[in-house]
Amino acid sequence: MVLTPAPTAETPLSARGLTVSYGEKPAVFSVDATFPAQSMSAIIGPNGAGKSTFLKASLGIIPRLSGDVSVFGTPVEKARHRIAYVPQRASVDWDFPTTVIDVVQMGLYRKVGLLGRLSGQMTHRARACLDRVGMSDFGDRQIGQLSGGQQQRVFLARALAQDADLYLLDEPFAGVDAATERAIVDVLKLLKAEGKSVVAVHHDLSTVREYFDHVFLINVRRVAEGSVTTAFTTENLNATYGGRLAATHMAKLGGVAS
Amino acid sequence: MMGADFVQFSLVPILIGIFASVACALPGNFLILRRQALIGDAISHVVLPGIVVAFLLTGTVAALPMLIGAAGAALTAVILIEAVKRLGGIESGAAMGVVFTTLFAGGVLLLEQSDTSNVHIDVEHALMGNLESLIWFRATGWASLWDPVALSSLPQELPRMAMACCLVIVLMMIFWRWLKIATFDESFAQVLGIPATGVGVGLVITAAIAAVAAFDAVGSIIVIAMFICPPAAARLMTNTLTAQVWWSVAFATLSAILGYVFAGYGPMWFGSQNAVSAAGMIAVVSGIILGLACVFGPYRARTGADRAPPAL
Repeated sequence: MVLTPAPTAETPLSARGLTVSYGEKPAVFSVDATFPAQSMSAIIGPNGAGKSTFLKASLGIIPRLSGDVSVFGTPVEKARHRIAYVPQRASVDWDFPTTVIDVVQMGLYRKVGLLGRLSGQMTHRARACLDRVGMSDFGDRQIGQLSGGQQQRVFLARALAQDADLYLLDEPFAGVDAATERAIVDVLKLLKAEGKSVVAVHHDLSTVREYFDHVFLINVRRVAEGSVTTAFTTENLNATYGGRLAATHMAKLGGVAS
Repeated sequence: MMGADFVQFSLVPILIGIFASVACALPGNFLILRRQALIGDAISHVVLPGIVVAFLLTGTVAALPMLIGAAGAALTAVILIEAVKRLGGIESGAAMGVVFTTLFAGGVLLLEQSDTSNVHIDVEHALMGNLESLIWFRATGWASLWDPVALSSLPQELPRMAMACCLVIVLMMIFWRWLKIATFDESFAQVLGIPATGVGVGLVITAAIAAVAAFDAVGSIIVIAMFICPPAAARLMTNTLTAQVWWSVAFATLSAILGYVFAGYGPMWFGSQNAVSAAGMIAVVSGIILGLACVFGPYRARTGADRAPPAL
């Protein structure tokens, strides 16, 4: 039994006994997780381990069978204005008839509302968010003309426009070029420096130490969580991946203490 | 052509055709972007048995019982689809195909078997409507538009269809931002607190209202065509959503006007005596517009990540 602190107003995201099921098999089973404030956290696990499912169920995008989730000490529904979300790039149709700036402005929805008009100031803000991800020249482009990396940057700009305290990203580095990965990491580290919290589903074990300071290891059940130095260990990785990681791969992760 | 005869015989059918086409084309824009284009087709299939049953129970062709009947049929269809899916263990597309065609066939059988000869409800009417018969008897010319006595004899289908069309327009204007965000990125919409599932259901219900209202006046052929052809053609003309919706309204209006004129006068140009079905011709024109857009539309290539932007 692991004792976990009760969620406080400082805890950006915590889950208790979260269980999600597709059909008969649970995809996420009775997971407890606590993500610290003002840090960059990675959700790590093999394919099908329920990483994205955990994130989506926490946000109420897919229904959970049981469990409680709190965001800054309140239910998700009451903290929506403090959450920014970057879904998987492949989850939307990039042939949708719209422009880059239009997508970024979707992030302003909670400030504009259903019927409010976008003021010039808001449009200016959306442009500034595009600028932060290095896409200021692409505002009027049709989104279908973007490369994978550019699509990911636009999604990040949309999250920035949400002006949140907690940023949740689902595989932000999947299928993007090196320059984009660098640009995204820089933006995320800047967010952390501004006192925001970042939680990302992450695939590439070799960059965990470089990018993140907290890890959450999951394979349907929670395997481990904690700071990178204490929880990102060979033992925990073996437990998470069930021996599917080769010893040479483990060695390459560099400085993993066993 | 634009004199008293036009007001008496053609004005009302053309207006009803325009209202019906626009009311169906507007939700069609979002159905197409959601890859649900065939929902319109499905709705118009399911509506038939609902309307027939409503008629058999009440003995009238009034709007309210028909709407309730159609809604009941839609509910039955949803339950049946779930049942076929679960019991048969098959995917939803196949279950939909089975249920919708079966219900439509059941509706046709009911129509054939029941005594509906005293009202204009029969298979041909169900498919083609009765657009040509919606004549404004008391109209004597354009001045009748300001004559309350003449206006009182307007076919009741016209205000009904106009109201349905206005309802669709108002709903689309109010919920525009929800529709756009939830259609583009459903999970993001949910995180924002937009009831994305409700938006999807509301869109289908709105499409059903447009379909039921249009069904009575113009038949299911127009409904099926207008849910798909004008929005699909519009998508090929532009790369922004607002412009796409305007194009679809323009194409729907053009189809209604040209279709009615071709149906009435087209056969005579070829030396034939009889006019053809206006509803059928409107659907054909919308199909031709889609065909032309496929060949000449500026944005007909799926742009894709690594292809060059289209030349204008």
